[in-house]
Amino acid sequence: MHELAITVIGPDRTGIVADVAEALAAVGANLTDSTMTRLRGHFTMTLICTGASVDEVERALSALGDDGLLATVRQVEVTADSTSGEPYLVSVHGADRLGIVAAVTRVVAAADGNITDLTTRLSGPLYLLVAEVDLPPGRAGELAERLAVAGAELGVEVNLRPAEPELL
Amino acid sequence: MITVVTAPAAVLSTVAEEVDPTGPEIVRLAADLVETMRAAPGCVGLAAPQIGVSAQVFCVDVTGHPKAVTTHGAFVLCNAKIVEASRWRPGREGCMSVPDLTGDVKRAGRIVVEGLRPGTGEAITLVTDAFEARAVQHEIDHCAGRLFLDRVAGAHAIFPRKVYL
Repeated sequence: MHELAITVIGPDRTGIVADVAEALAAVGANLTDSTMTRLRGHFTMTLICTGASVDEVERALSALGDDGLLATVRQVEVTADSTSGEPYLVSVHGADRLGIVAAVTRVVAAADGNITDLTTRLSGPLYLLVAEVDLPPGRAGELAERLAVAGAELGVEVNLRPAEPELL
Repeated sequence: MITVVTAPAAVLSTVAEEVDPTGPEIVRLAADLVETMRAAPGCVGLAAPQIGVSAQVFCVDVTGHPKAVTTHGAFVLCNAKIVEASRWRPGREGCMSVPDLTGDVKRAGRIVVEGLRPGTGEAITLVTDAFEARAVQHEIDHCAGRLFLDRVAGAHAIFPRKVYL
């Protein structure tokens, strides 16, 4: 059993999702998990699909490439998300400068924190990063200290806190 | 007209000093806060760090806001502390100091706050809920050097804002 990992990116316009989804359906590619969002005028899609071959999907998506949509397709093994550890949130905000994401995520990785989701926003001079992190039990105190040091070096505010799942 | 400080700015990330609410400079600061809040369309609260003063003073006025339940009109509090908090709920927040973003933040839907009135220094206990409670928590956070960005609910809880209101 295999899946396809697909990315699509291009200048935002009306109908990108409809066009891509239609092209995938036409070759029998079943869309499973995906994220799709607009980043500074570029529309981006990251998808996992089943049920079609790399060649079929590449051909179907290349027909959409005329208006600047760039697609990549590759075959990947089926793997489940491993949920080890406890969920935490890291927020970083401050003056934009080179290397904020690199420095902060390196500190998270060094504490065996696994980033499961991350968003950054540049808003005028303000840079913002929010990351969701799975952390092994008992490592939060150490990570908070190391993040505080990294934040001070970068001149940004860093905040680590437990993520509270909303179970309704 | 006082301009509002926007992030990144050190004063917005600094724990503000407690104040003597009877000091003439604090009375003046309270008036400046209310005046600046009133001058900004849609502004329902403003804390001293947002006008560049690292002091534990803020004003709130949610009168007429559709999400408000209990309202106390326009008021200013010094050295305010939350002594009880319950009914935690997520909600979307913006901030004049973060003009282009909004975020989902969990706040208590009912709070009891203790603080001092500027001028008289009278100690008051405020019991409030819903939108006024959210505004008070947002302003008390400013006095503690925190922005709503420090409390957003997740990586997908940040949104661009096109118009400030």
